[in-house]
Amino acid sequence: MSDLETPRRRFGISPSLIQLSSVRFKEFIREPEALFWTFAFPILLAIGLGIAFRNRPAEVVHVGVIGPSPAASRVTSAARADSGLAVEELSADSARVALRTGRVALVVVPQSNGTVQYQFDETRPDARNARLLVDNAIQRGYGRGDVVGVSEAHVRERGSRYIDFVIPGLLGMNIMGSSIWGLGFTIVDARRKKLLKRLVATPMSRAEYLIAYLISRIVLLVGEVVVLLGFAVAFFSVPVRGSLLQMTLIILASVFAFGGLGLLIASRAKTIEGASGLMNVTMMPMWVLSGVFFSSENFPRAVQPLIQALPLTATNNALRASMLRGEGWSVVGPEILLLIGWAIATLWLALKWFRWR
Amino acid sequence: MTNVPAVSVRGLRKRYDDVVAVDGLDLEIASGECFGLLGPNGAGKTTTVEICEGLTAPDTGDVIVLGRRWSTDERDLRERLGIQLQETQLAEKLTVTETVKLFRSFYARGRTVDDVISLVQLDEKRDGRVGKLSGGQKQRLALACAIVGDPELLFLDEPTTGLDPQSRRQIWELVEQFRSQGRSILLTTHYMDEAERLCDRVAIIDHGKVIALGTPRELIASLGAEHVVEFVLAHGANGLSEDVLRRMDGVRGVRRVGAENNGAGWELRSSELHRSVPALLAELTRRDLQLAELRTHSATLEDVFVHLTGRQLRDE
Repeated sequence: MSDLETPRRRFGISPSLIQLSSVRFKEFIREPEALFWTFAFPILLAIGLGIAFRNRPAEVVHVGVIGPSPAASRVTSAARADSGLAVEELSADSARVALRTGRVALVVVPQSNGTVQYQFDETRPDARNARLLVDNAIQRGYGRGDVVGVSEAHVRERGSRYIDFVIPGLLGMNIMGSSIWGLGFTIVDARRKKLLKRLVATPMSRAEYLIAYLISRIVLLVGEVVVLLGFAVAFFSVPVRGSLLQMTLIILASVFAFGGLGLLIASRAKTIEGASGLMNVTMMPMWVLSGVFFSSENFPRAVQPLIQALPLTATNNALRASMLRGEGWSVVGPEILLLIGWAIATLWLALKWFRWR
Repeated sequence: MTNVPAVSVRGLRKRYDDVVAVDGLDLEIASGECFGLLGPNGAGKTTTVEICEGLTAPDTGDVIVLGRRWSTDERDLRERLGIQLQETQLAEKLTVTETVKLFRSFYARGRTVDDVISLVQLDEKRDGRVGKLSGGQKQRLALACAIVGDPELLFLDEPTTGLDPQSRRQIWELVEQFRSQGRSILLTTHYMDEAERLCDRVAIIDHGKVIALGTPRELIASLGAEHVVEFVLAHGANGLSEDVLRRMDGVRGVRRVGAENNGAGWELRSSELHRSVPALLAELTRRDLQLAELRTHSATLEDVFVHLTGRQLRDE
């Protein structure tokens, strides 16, 4: 046959790797739903959380005083001296209802012997707070003076707000989700459609096929990270204190770790249903345990070693340490090494088990 | 062409759980030959082809393709083979050009992308998405991907199944063009006309074994008769016996067909139609039997299959 040609290597990279990567990239950007879930969804989530958890002025604490009686009036006016308290006189019955429904955090019961009794649920933090405020106000109203002079300086530090906490978590969750879904679904789909089998019937390098997935993920991830971080910095002034190099290494290590996990999940599954079950089983525990929306420190000490070993915990810890606190390599480095460990283990297993037909 | 056979298979066996797909199969495909594997669904055609393609490992048996073995020369063989699988769905979001370009990039040497796209007549669809192509166009694209590496041997697994007549003819022309360049082809089909038109030699396969082998002409000639007469007696009448029919002029074989006709349907193989038909009509008149249907056709590979197995090739 005529017109034979031999493809040229561009920059020393094999032409098939370039083709495989560009094809993966094109397939992704031609999928409008995938674009929405990858780029728009995390931003909408950040906006929602930013509004729900915006910092508000200190809340007023509601308390009740059982009355009417001269003692009740005196207690009431003493408590009202604190502007942080909203005080109302209640009958004994309605006070019980108000306490039970949480409308008041605490009820003051003036006793016949001139003392007062506080009724509150000592397990509730807001009730304990109310006890301190009410007691302080009443003691002062009855004449207690300060022993030491104090003054207050109010500090609101960027990096300690909820939105600052949650943005690195969302970033980590997004890297995990798009890597695992992006790789898992496309590979299982290609296997189901016998496209994998068709590809291995050519001289294609199998390693290149899988590497192309990681390359296209990294390219897309640059976009995802820039969009989400750019938004967070521009609208919420979330700090990015660590160096660009540090951020890049954290993100690359986590792409490889989650990419490997995605490949592992997709290595044998033959149906989308089977794969999506596996993906949920893998990701769900990390959404809960790895400190996306709240700190993973809330879980018992006994399970902490397990939680700290999860790749999403490592990603979130590293991102927070770098972005919010500007920590050095001594803190961020071990997390990156843990992610690289995950990447090596999962990629090795995935290649070992991968079903091409 | 060289004397090395394109494909040489000896004593092939493959078992899936409790089903024996291939049961001691031998094949020898000469270089430059278009060879057809013909058989009903489930006969073991696809398993045989996929073993030859190095995609499935046989339980036992020896497979040599282009003088090489899969165990030692996989990389070299992949460069020299073109493969079209049954039921491959190419990525729908890519265009025709992108798909061919991708497959082209896997081969160290091969044809140009434009050249192959023109060859399969998809020039107008060059920038169209694969998902928007018709069945025939998708199959031509699959063929383009199979020949873009300029293969010496082409495997086609049911290349025209499910296509309309015009699309089938287009595929046939492409296969003929490929064969005319002296290259080898192994194709599977359950269409008789396809095998008769395209194949130099045909192996009829049933239950994982070759039950007949030869050129289409040889196989048809093996029936000993070039014509087939089918008839059905009116009112489900039952006044004929095999012996009577067998004695008629030119009749070489007799078979009762169609339980749906209460046994009133018959099939005769005849070497001399001009004598068999008058003899039949005279015999019917003598016995006062009426015809409900009478048909004749030239014998085909379908008749060979029916003769060998007593079953129709397609489950109709």
